[in-house]
Amino acid sequence: MCLGVPGKVVEVRSDGVARVEFSDGVVVEVDASTIEGIEPGDTVIVHAGIVIAKVDEEEASRITSGLEELIQDLESKAEDFESMLRRLGAIKG
Amino acid sequence: MLLAWAPQGHEVIVKLIHHVAGSLGEEVKIMDFCGTHEHTIVSSGIRSLMPENVELVAGPGCPVCITPAFYVDAAIKLAMDGVRVYTYGDVYNLPGSEPPGSKKPRTLADAKAQGADVVIVYGLIEAIKHFRENPKESVFLAVGFETTAPSTASAVVNGRLPREFTIINVHRLTPPIMRYTFEAHRDAPIKGVIAPGHVSTIVGAMAWEFVPKEYGIPTVVAGFEPIDVLKAILSILIMVREGKARLVNEYTRAVTWEGNKRAQKLIAECCEVVDAMWRGLGLVPESGLAFRDKYKVYDALREYGIREPTPEEWKYDLPPGCRCAEVTLGLAKPTDCPLFMKRCTPGTPYGPCMVSSEGACAVWARFGGGGLADDVAKSLGLTPS
Repeated sequence: MCLGVPGKVVEVRSDGVARVEFSDGVVVEVDASTIEGIEPGDTVIVHAGIVIAKVDEEEASRITSGLEELIQDLESKAEDFESMLRRLGAIKG
Repeated sequence: MLLAWAPQGHEVIVKLIHHVAGSLGEEVKIMDFCGTHEHTIVSSGIRSLMPENVELVAGPGCPVCITPAFYVDAAIKLAMDGVRVYTYGDVYNLPGSEPPGSKKPRTLADAKAQGADVVIVYGLIEAIKHFRENPKESVFLAVGFETTAPSTASAVVNGRLPREFTIINVHRLTPPIMRYTFEAHRDAPIKGVIAPGHVSTIVGAMAWEFVPKEYGIPTVVAGFEPIDVLKAILSILIMVREGKARLVNEYTRAVTWEGNKRAQKLIAECCEVVDAMWRGLGLVPESGLAFRDKYKVYDALREYGIREPTPEEWKYDLPPGCRCAEVTLGLAKPTDCPLFMKRCTPGTPYGPCMVSSEGACAVWARFGGGGLADDVAKSLGLTPS
């Protein structure tokens, strides 16, 4: 029950219940009354039969598209750390 | 694929974790507070990638594991008395206080085997739908943290519950148990916190502001992909190195600073915060939710005249020899328990942490984590550089 599962909203009913499709094709009826302005096509996180969050697609895309930038940033820090460790004699070469 | 894997990124982050950790010269204990984080850590082998001075510890992140036996017993009693009991799949096999081997039902699954009407549902909405198609006096055993509480609150406040349908409310709150856990670790303090991502969607990142402010512990709200957890660990280590404890929200795709205000409002409308019992631990101040007076009509315990024990009446509620209380608080690893994968297995759980798929013992049983793989890797010279 504790697993939050992302899914796509298929339909939102007037009583606050939504039909959400998970990636395996299973469609479930869930309580969507906790999220304002939810629409078909939205990606949401469902937890124990209730929508707990709408996923910010732009932020989600950054986890992959922004990764290169992140890696470059981290690599530059890695060089800093490496040179620092060399100075401290923790690593040789 | 929404959250794709990027192996190259993982390698770099792991390398950086080793670099930063190597410069610290101290042991760093990082605790996760969510069963799904522990799931990610164990199933992805993240623990095996850590430097020797970085210890990842599972904290109280499984609501099924800490649901007191009293409430399971109450649900079993009602089921055996002819009331239909709905609950989540994870709770179905959760033992109450009956000892293993007893002829009396120890779990709701046992009760069902003995003829009781017990129905597993994915959520409260499904239970209500089932009830409308098959009306009968019913009770829903509602366990869970802030992520599950809105479901109960929404049904109660929005008038979704039919007549003859009441709820055993065992919802618990995570910030108070975090404070309790820090105290339990005061001899070997926790140096970093991976804050629970799903709970944070409801309570907001701001709920964890007290951790760096009051306890000086670097805290990162993290998502559930392996890269999310690795980034959180790296952020914590950098903060430890800088000596600056801050709160970082890494899970911005789902968690906002303020959280889900609608859900928060529903919970506040439905319930008040009360002192509450946790399995194996006893009373944790201001850590539970109870129906407000205007909604007490939905309280199953009140409806059936079942009185909750007072703190003085509370009895230790783990079976003999079970170390789930220490496992829950991160004071012991599942493999430290002599019953782990001997008397206590996922097929025949002896203690509560082996029941839910999010319980630390169940996760370790399924994916390993006992250290054997690490020992083999080390003997083959395969440890990460």
